[in-house]
Amino acid sequence: MSADVLSTEPHTPPVGTTLLSLTGIQKRFGAVRALSDVDFEVRAGEVVALIGDNGAGKSTLVKVMSGAGPADEGSYRIEDREVSIHTPAAASAHGVATVFQDLAICDNLDVVANLFLGRELTRGVALDEAEMERRTVELLEQLSVKLPSVRIPMASLSGGQRQSVAIVRALLGSPKVVLLDEPTAALGVAQTAQVLNLVERLRERGLGVVLISHNMADVMAVADRAVVLRLGRVAGRFAMADVSREQLVATITGADTNVVSERAARVAGRSAATSAGTEGTQA
Amino acid sequence: MSTSTDSTADAAAMDPAVPVPDAAPQQPKQMLRERLAGLRGGDLGSLPVVVGLVVIVIVFQSLNSTFLNSFNLVNLCLQIAAVGIIATGVTLVLLLGEIDLSVGSVSGLAAAILAVLNVNEGYSPVVSLLAAALGGLVIGTIHGLVFTKLGVPSFIVTLAGLLVWQGAQLQVLGSQGTINLPPSGGLQQFGRFSYLADWQAYGLAVVLPVLFLAAKLATRTRRTRAGLPVGALWVPVAQALLLLAVLLAVVAKLSIDRGVPWIFVVFVAILSLIEYVLRRTRYGRAIFAVGGNIEAARRAGIKVDALRTSVFAIASMLAAVGGTVAAMRLGFANQSSGAADTLINAIAAAVIGGTSLFGGRSRMYSALLGALVIGAIANGLDLLNLSSALRYIITGTVLLLAVVIDALASRGRRSAGR
Ligand SMILES: Nc1ncnc2c1ncn2[C@@H]1O[C@H](COP(=O)(O)OP(=O)(O)OP(=O)(O)O)[C@@H](O)[C@H]1O
Ligand SMILES: [Mg+2]
Repeated sequence: MSADVLSTEPHTPPVGTTLLSLTGIQKRFGAVRALSDVDFEVRAGEVVALIGDNGAGKSTLVKVMSGAGPADEGSYRIEDREVSIHTPAAASAHGVATVFQDLAICDNLDVVANLFLGRELTRGVALDEAEMERRTVELLEQLSVKLPSVRIPMASLSGGQRQSVAIVRALLGSPKVVLLDEPTAALGVAQTAQVLNLVERLRERGLGVVLISHNMADVMAVADRAVVLRLGRVAGRFAMADVSREQLVATITGADTNVVSERAARVAGRSAATSAGTEGTQA
Repeated sequence: MSTSTDSTADAAAMDPAVPVPDAAPQQPKQMLRERLAGLRGGDLGSLPVVVGLVVIVIVFQSLNSTFLNSFNLVNLCLQIAAVGIIATGVTLVLLLGEIDLSVGSVSGLAAAILAVLNVNEGYSPVVSLLAAALGGLVIGTIHGLVFTKLGVPSFIVTLAGLLVWQGAQLQVLGSQGTINLPPSGGLQQFGRFSYLADWQAYGLAVVLPVLFLAAKLATRTRRTRAGLPVGALWVPVAQALLLLAVLLAVVAKLSIDRGVPWIFVVFVAILSLIEYVLRRTRYGRAIFAVGGNIEAARRAGIKVDALRTSVFAIASMLAAVGGTVAAMRLGFANQSSGAADTLINAIAAAVIGGTSLFGGRSRMYSALLGALVIGAIANGLDLLNLSSALRYIITGTVLLLAVVIDALASRGRRSAGR
């Protein structure tokens, strides 16, 4: 492992180059077509939100990319080279790191031990605690992740801090692409902000980030692009700059009139009426 | 403050929530603060055991004034060596979040193998000892393989083992009920009559604290070089002096009688080696990881099955070694070697010393502390000429108490949000 795990910028391709691209991805589970003809790409220095309703195929697509559940058909390219990725190990060897929703953290071990789990540094037979701690502090500092101490058990950290540690751990292998499956699902407002800040810092470092989320606010806040899946197909691609939340929701649900838009219209109508009423009394 | 933290120092001054580099728990004040926070969070440390031990000592000493005399304390050291070694192995299995119920039977079988090879077959003491230990290693490997490859719960595998290896013990002993180890032979000599010479005992009492201090200072130097914060220098010095005082007192007290038994030294040496492996090597770190979250360990690339198999192998080997030590001290092996309360005492010692039944947590030297508690109770009741009925009841109650404390601490950790 190199001394500055995150300072391997020379290997990181310039912002905007395509890091990972999938074309014509098909995946079936028996009769269920979980993914059909999905194209997806991630470029350096961007955050792509992968959104869609329950059962749309988001997790299935992440599993294809992370090697945990390879596609039946389709091509998988890393920086324009066709690769075959059938295991998580192969994915990380090609620079694709995944933070699954269950964080896979050992609560009884401290932050340093968790970061270096399975790849501890040693001097002879003994663990090199000082060096591991130094790198941990350095890494957390580079990413402005704030923890009370790197020597307390993970169990005593907050949800947002745990999520941050899990993401930082994924970065130890110097990946080019990071896949985050619902990183803010269980978090409160402040902790969500913490994690989103971290996501932005990954982007600043020129990584490609795929963010799965059900939370439109998060997506609007941090993503550059959004890819909407519906029933296993790509239902829309948007640049966040020129899309509204309503448009995203409409694409996710796949209809112009539906429960969500009806409700939105109803609420809008009611608030318009209320404000009109208020104006009336004031006048 | 370290150089690597200087950049955040200003920000930290303004924003109290920037304590990243405040990672030095060695500052006495902070140590105390974390300690108190830990206590509130359900982390009682070794406090209950130490308090318990003190209470036990006070009670027995007041009931029988010979309890704390040198003769009896030397006996106590002799008595706890075997169960302590077995408990050391149990600690490893408990760390995985598993259990080994066969350690008593395995220790008995090992005692039988030792006696038969040495006495009946005429093998040298060393060869007989190695064979017994190897037998334990093979048995543990079998347990581990059945557990990991066939997916049988460790509780069941080792419960079956409890019976199977006890049967094997009877088989090995054959028609002979009891095999006495020759009094002049090396085995009984070592187990009953070997004590450190004064210069050895006092030498160790001085050398160990020096080594302790040297290790602490080396760590300190490395941390300084890595730009990490270090605590006050007087803390490790004070700890080393305290250790020196305790060891000198123990050696002085034991030397009034026969001295420090070799088998006790063997126990502490084995325990120290295991502690080192657990806390300072990748293998030990992997054991803690598997006990904490097996899925996380697997995803981190730890070969979980091989690791668990090896831990069962080591635990059974230590059980076998403990069994041979017991045989050497008693001077014989028989059909009830390793029977009765051996299993319960070993598990109780590990748990009482501070190894959690829920996996992934163990205090330093828990087997020693726990064996002292268990041993003191058994020894004290013996002095009072009380029946083993009472001993069983008390030991069982103390074990239950330790488990309750463990469960409460674990619940405390959860409710403290961890
Ligand atoms: N292992 C599996 N076996 C059978 N069907 C599966 C399997 N995994 C996913 N599916 C099906 O594939 C479809 C897509 O599922 P997927 O988990 O990818 O959805 P998702 O977008 O992640 O949904 P959610 O938001 O609920 O997590 C669903 O119809 C699901 O039932
Ligand atoms: Mg999903």
